[in-house]
Amino acid sequence: MSEPVCQCGDVPFRVGRTWNPERIRGDFPVLNQTVRGRPLVYLDNAATSQKPSAVIQAVCAYYGTCNANVHRAFHYLAAEATRRYEEVRRAATTFLGAASPREIVFTRGTTEAINLVAAGWARRHLRPGEAIVVTEMEHHSNLVPWQLAAAATGARLRFVPVTSRGELDLEALDRHLADGAARVVAVTHASNVLGTVNPVAEIARRAHAAGAVCVVDGAQSAPHLPVSVQEIGCDFYACSGHKMYGPTGVGILYGRSALLEETDPLLGGGEMIERVELEYSTWAEIPHRFEAGTPNISAVIGLGTALDYLESLGRPAIAECEGRLTRYALDLLRATPGLRVFGDAPERVGVISFEVEGVHPHDLAQFLDTEGIATRAGHLCCQPLMRRLGVPAVSRASLALYNLPEEMNRLVDAIGRAREYFRRGA
Amino acid sequence: MELDDLYQEVLLDHYRHPRGAAPVSDRELVMEEVNPACGDHLRLAFELRDGHVVQVRHESRGCAISIASASIMAAFVEGRTPAEIRAAADGVIAMMRGESDLPADGPEDLAALAGVRQFPMRIKCATMCWHAMKAALDRQDA
Ligand SMILES: Cc1ncc(COP(=O)(O)O)c(C=O)c1O
Repeated sequence: MSEPVCQCGDVPFRVGRTWNPERIRGDFPVLNQTVRGRPLVYLDNAATSQKPSAVIQAVCAYYGTCNANVHRAFHYLAAEATRRYEEVRRAATTFLGAASPREIVFTRGTTEAINLVAAGWARRHLRPGEAIVVTEMEHHSNLVPWQLAAAATGARLRFVPVTSRGELDLEALDRHLADGAARVVAVTHASNVLGTVNPVAEIARRAHAAGAVCVVDGAQSAPHLPVSVQEIGCDFYACSGHKMYGPTGVGILYGRSALLEETDPLLGGGEMIERVELEYSTWAEIPHRFEAGTPNISAVIGLGTALDYLESLGRPAIAECEGRLTRYALDLLRATPGLRVFGDAPERVGVISFEVEGVHPHDLAQFLDTEGIATRAGHLCCQPLMRRLGVPAVSRASLALYNLPEEMNRLVDAIGRAREYFRRGA
Repeated sequence: MELDDLYQEVLLDHYRHPRGAAPVSDRELVMEEVNPACGDHLRLAFELRDGHVVQVRHESRGCAISIASASIMAAFVEGRTPAEIRAAADGVIAMMRGESDLPADGPEDLAALAGVRQFPMRIKCATMCWHAMKAALDRQDA
């Protein structure tokens, strides 16, 4: 095997024996195309990542070789489909550092996972006058479910503010926890706007000390950082397959088994029951209790391959390589005239939001698209955070393990041209 | 699909030097419109004098297209009657949706927005101010 190096700017570095950017890019067929006459630069990974061939093939192979419903029939195909499906549950257990596969629930994604906790656990346990603590930097999917739970139970929401560096104000968290009314602390592991990685282990510790459960939105951390829910010590952790190189339509909810035991299912139907009488039913064991109906079997199997893919590259290596690329991108962007990066947290992932003087984010995204560069613009499903930042919208470039320093160069060059372009008529 | 079709010189000129742009106080405010999907924000003020819309001002936050469109609108509506403005608004909205051609006696510089029709995601940016204007006139009637 040749010596693997990952080039970041002028500095070659080594992160592991198998890290090879060119080979990694070769794993992702979608990257091998030109868009508007230029090689595609895909920087919208926080919205959804691209999929390696192995994942695409795993989905096809399931349909091509062992398509059958899971957990139902006694025939060969059903047994094979069920075996593969449950194998992914075991892989996810390892991937997230959970104690047992019983703690892994397959959902449609992060949004459904958080809704399951808010509707299934919180509604059952919250009482009027109690509190749910969330933060100002949450994605709408870790805010709106809590608004619904609060409205249904009479609990109140409390908000942890974001500092000017883009970090959580932990003293405010302590104030919200001081009176012992909080039953839930819901926080994102990594911000999908600022990139900030929050100290979730510390937050979980403080939540527990105050008698609250800690719910972590891992949509932006699971793809990029080694994650162990037991090390974090959180009670629930949610993530989406499609953001970590897997198919759409599948996500994972980790829940500590004692808490899942006291969570109501959202959906009733096949698969989630034990005994059904006409008037009532008893429920299946966790986690099957939460997987009513035929699940997205092909997506779960594809997700399993995505987890294998991440483990084969090595998650510490991914974090390190993406970290270097992120620092390279930040240095370039911060040195770009008229550009301001939002957030300056030292602990971060490669999600970078910024504004460019004189160019509205939508106009910038449109301009970059004409150069084959895919970015995101808007409120990024974080309207409260936009108000905190004092802007209606931002531009965002979000990185993944297949991005290259050259692509960062192309981004900043194009931003320079966009400024010139929109200066016409000035 | 060319970027220059979308961002024509005339459009960028309106963006850089929007006609009728001025701060609108809460007291003067006639209509406020927000597009939560993209954060575009328009505050509109005018007076009705002898059956004519005058003293049109708008405070706009948004992309080049939304600001240019508000500018083109402000220049057009000044001194016109609500009936004329409603007809023009319908004409602009229909044109942006691709349901009709550029109206012959429509607002000056409206042609600068014609390219937006090739970019479906951006059509709302151009029509928001006209919807706000119509709603404002309806409110004045009521
Ligand atoms: C931080 C965060 N939470 C939750 C979500 C929702 O994920 P999904 O749409 O896959 O349910 C996202 C994705 O946009 C996100 O970035």
